[in-house]
Amino acid sequence: MATGMDIGIDKDVCIGAGQCALTAPDVFTQDDDGYSTLQAGREDGGGSPLVREAARACPVGAITVSERVG
Amino acid sequence: MTETTDTTTDPDTTRPVAYPQNRTCPYHPPAAYDPLRTGPPLAPITLFDGRPAWLVTGHTLARRLLVDQRLSTDRTRDGFPLTSPRLAGIRSRRLALLGVDDPEHRAQRKMVLPEFTLKRAAALRPRIQEIVDERLDAMIAAGPPADLVPAFALPVPSMVICALLGVPYADHEFFEEQSRRLLRGPLPADVRDARDRLESYLGELIDGKRTSPGDGLLDDLIRDRLEEGEIDREQLISFAVILLIAGHETTANMISLGTYTLLENPGRLAELREDPALLPGAVEELMRMLSIADSLLRTATEDMEVEGHTIRAGDGVVFSTSVINRDGTVYPEPDAIDWHRPARHHVAFGFGIHQCLGQNLARAELEIALRALFERLPTLRLAVPAQEIPHKPGDTIQGMLELPVAW
Repeated sequence: MATGMDIGIDKDVCIGAGQCALTAPDVFTQDDDGYSTLQAGREDGGGSPLVREAARACPVGAITVSERVG
Repeated sequence: MTETTDTTTDPDTTRPVAYPQNRTCPYHPPAAYDPLRTGPPLAPITLFDGRPAWLVTGHTLARRLLVDQRLSTDRTRDGFPLTSPRLAGIRSRRLALLGVDDPEHRAQRKMVLPEFTLKRAAALRPRIQEIVDERLDAMIAAGPPADLVPAFALPVPSMVICALLGVPYADHEFFEEQSRRLLRGPLPADVRDARDRLESYLGELIDGKRTSPGDGLLDDLIRDRLEEGEIDREQLISFAVILLIAGHETTANMISLGTYTLLENPGRLAELREDPALLPGAVEELMRMLSIADSLLRTATEDMEVEGHTIRAGDGVVFSTSVINRDGTVYPEPDAIDWHRPARHHVAFGFGIHQCLGQNLARAELEIALRALFERLPTLRLAVPAQEIPHKPGDTIQGMLELPVAW
């Protein structure tokens, strides 16, 4: 059973559209420069069902999500 | 409905649809695009000058191609598709942000991005609310009737972007008029002249700010980027032109056309009135339905195999957001307004690296403006029959030219 997620944000690709933070605000936020970053303590997605939706909302495909098993 | 197209004809031999065309109903795609909506996701079109180009109509394909770096947004490139003859005269100069490719685009966007985050948009909400309330107070004091465009739809975003940039709103009549001429001409000479006037105005404003700074984004860019030699005066002017125009024209059109759409769909409006919590989703659904920036323009920089066609280097590629956002495979019953549908993956703000910088600000403005308008004026209605109200032609940002209302 999955116990969490591995969430990757490619900061070289991110354009700071804010779509991830708008979609899953419990998990994603924007740093002071405007680029996507994970909320402290939510690096594993915090069980949010919206993480994959946030990845899909990203206009540049900067977010990768994989289930962590075990 | 009667089937009028000959479905037995080989699609490759049918005449390409002329693009763009005017909408009949201001919130639906032109009926002439119907064959494009039921056809393959990539179709040949003919531009006003007879030039062939490709039209992307499928949602999945659009999301794939809008991130494809082989498609350039630089309008100075040979082959860049134009949707109107009046734009030919201003092709020679590149636009900041939306007219440059990576890596240059990335460096430019980075300079202004901190002002357009979700947090900044949230922090601006109280000021947006004040502006909305002031405009409604003034409109109510003067009316009814009123033309909602100059009384509300245009001044609200205009005042917001002025405050954000540090442009004096007192000059709004000048820059709104020049924006109108830049976007709609009618003559090529109007477009060029409007651009020159806006550039002179903003150049003088920037020069003045260098000696007596204010606290807007332009002032920040002068201090942090211009004085540091990272950008020159000409580049800063180009930034200012784009941000000023994109900051008020687009949102103004969404407010006017959004209001028209709600008044023409009283059942949907009643739902919103009953449950204002639907509003954020409703803004997304209105963005999807109205797709006011209907043509996103690109040029292929190399040959590309797409959906069984070869897009050649130099071919124009046009994304019709109104058609893409009504892709029935993504949005069931795409022509129906549904506040409960997940509309968020629309491409009304674009997709890829050029996705609208100001989208979070636009969402905040639309939510606040539409909510306040219908709360303050529960009896708001069109003052003349809907079909008598003029809307913008198909070759520019879509919206209402005027919107006579009463209450």
